[in-house]
Amino acid sequence: MTDRDETFAKVAELIEPFNKKDIQLTEATTFAGDLEWDSLIVMDFVASVEDEFDILITMNMQAEIESVGQLVDAVENLRNEE
Amino acid sequence: MTEAARTPYDPADEVPMDHTVGRDLFSKFDPLINERQALLDTGVRDPFALVMEKVHSPTLATINAKKTILLGTYNYMGMTFDPDVIAAGKRALDEYGSGTTGSRVLNGTYQGHKECEEALKEFYGTRHAMVFSTGYQANLGLMSTIAGKEDYIILDADSHASIYDGCALGNAQIVRFRHNSVEDLEKRLRRLPPEGGRLVVLEGVYSMLGDIAPLKEMVAVAKAAGAMIVVDEAHGMGFFGKHGRGVFEEAGVEDDIDFVVGTFSKSVGTVGGFVVSNHPKFDVMRLVCRPYVFTASLPPSVVATAATSIRKLMHAGNKRGHLWENSRRLHLGLRELGFTLATPEAQSAIIAVLLPDQNTTVRMWQALLEQGVYVNMARPPATPAGMYLLRCSLCADHTDEQVGQILGMFEAAGRATGCIA
Ligand SMILES: Cc1ncc(COP(=O)(O)O)c(C=O)c1O
Repeated sequence: MTDRDETFAKVAELIEPFNKKDIQLTEATTFAGDLEWDSLIVMDFVASVEDEFDILITMNMQAEIESVGQLVDAVENLRNEE
Repeated sequence: MTEAARTPYDPADEVPMDHTVGRDLFSKFDPLINERQALLDTGVRDPFALVMEKVHSPTLATINAKKTILLGTYNYMGMTFDPDVIAAGKRALDEYGSGTTGSRVLNGTYQGHKECEEALKEFYGTRHAMVFSTGYQANLGLMSTIAGKEDYIILDADSHASIYDGCALGNAQIVRFRHNSVEDLEKRLRRLPPEGGRLVVLEGVYSMLGDIAPLKEMVAVAKAAGAMIVVDEAHGMGFFGKHGRGVFEEAGVEDDIDFVVGTFSKSVGTVGGFVVSNHPKFDVMRLVCRPYVFTASLPPSVVATAATSIRKLMHAGNKRGHLWENSRRLHLGLRELGFTLATPEAQSAIIAVLLPDQNTTVRMWQALLEQGVYVNMARPPATPAGMYLLRCSLCADHTDEQVGQILGMFEAAGRATGCIA
């Protein structure tokens, strides 16, 4: 597995507890549309991603992230910045 | 327009828009409109369309032609009918007229605005005080002005809408931490890049659940990370701490707070907002803060009532004591009746009753109103974690007898709606 694959796998694992409708996760899966998350779930989930990777995902960045693939890219970028 | 305004609105008269180009911008609200209609169709009153026909005192109004005890007004210190406050307002109305018709930085600063800022400086023991037209605008102004694109604002996830909106108005990088979690705040501060300023935003009392922040610990963590700190004391002013300054005073962290935000719409008993600070450059805000500059200043009567009320709040020890007694008694009484409350004991003058869903909450709200007590209903998204709440806020002027009556009404309404056994 590449680093990105590993990040994807980890993100998918973090999504599971909030994936109430058992949606099959792909790069294109969207949080608001496919997973139907509200702002409360987003808050909890983002905090869990931040803690897992020891990064900060600002609300400004969150506004740009719609899909799982975009989130994985953002996590990768933030980790490489360090 | 004038013709149409005379006839009552009938939805059948509505002409649908032509949508060959563009679309009705209101269609995005259809789910909300439908949800609200479904609720009203069950036969309950609309909890967000109530009219106070007469207001007799800080604790009593006429609603639906019925004398009703007010238990959801944030009028904590009962200053709205204080004779000195009212006299000051009348005098200012006579002497200065009904409005300033101008911005604070142009023709809208009268003697009264200065006196109001003097009263705030004395109340808080600070060098600077700036009066805004509302507390909402004070938060909008502070957040959007002092933190720039390179800076970070670190805020509690349950922050008031005015704090979030202030962040949205500005350009700073926004980071949230889990509500009241010192550990979560500390972790996020540690992850910030070294460059850029840091502003940690806290509230003394969180108004939805009436819980207070662990300010001593949070302030220590924020200071260690080199952050400036703002505390919103909207619901703490008047009855926390030796001088009634707020939870931050009670927590003994006054020297470490850079800005205190507050409002005149709760304990002070009128309308308006403010920021106080000891920062030597604070006054430059009057030139650069858009929600201060680009709006009209408060009417002379309002700042006169505010200044008088603030000065009286400096010596309101007896009222404070009674407010705390009322809050503890209501909390204990509701617990004994079997209601589920948001905090284990009364941490502030807000007592939030947790209910399972929207329908039960509205039915209980209405049953209370029929009994003769008004409380606030709160629902998502205003509430944390999707909760449905009936929020009670006590007043120093509620008599012991009224608190007894309130408990009786909660018992009757709770039984009638099946909220308690
Ligand atoms: C925490 C908090 N901050 C600010 C405000 C805004 O105050 P104002 O009513 O003066 O706009 C409120 C009240 O609505 C509040 O609860």
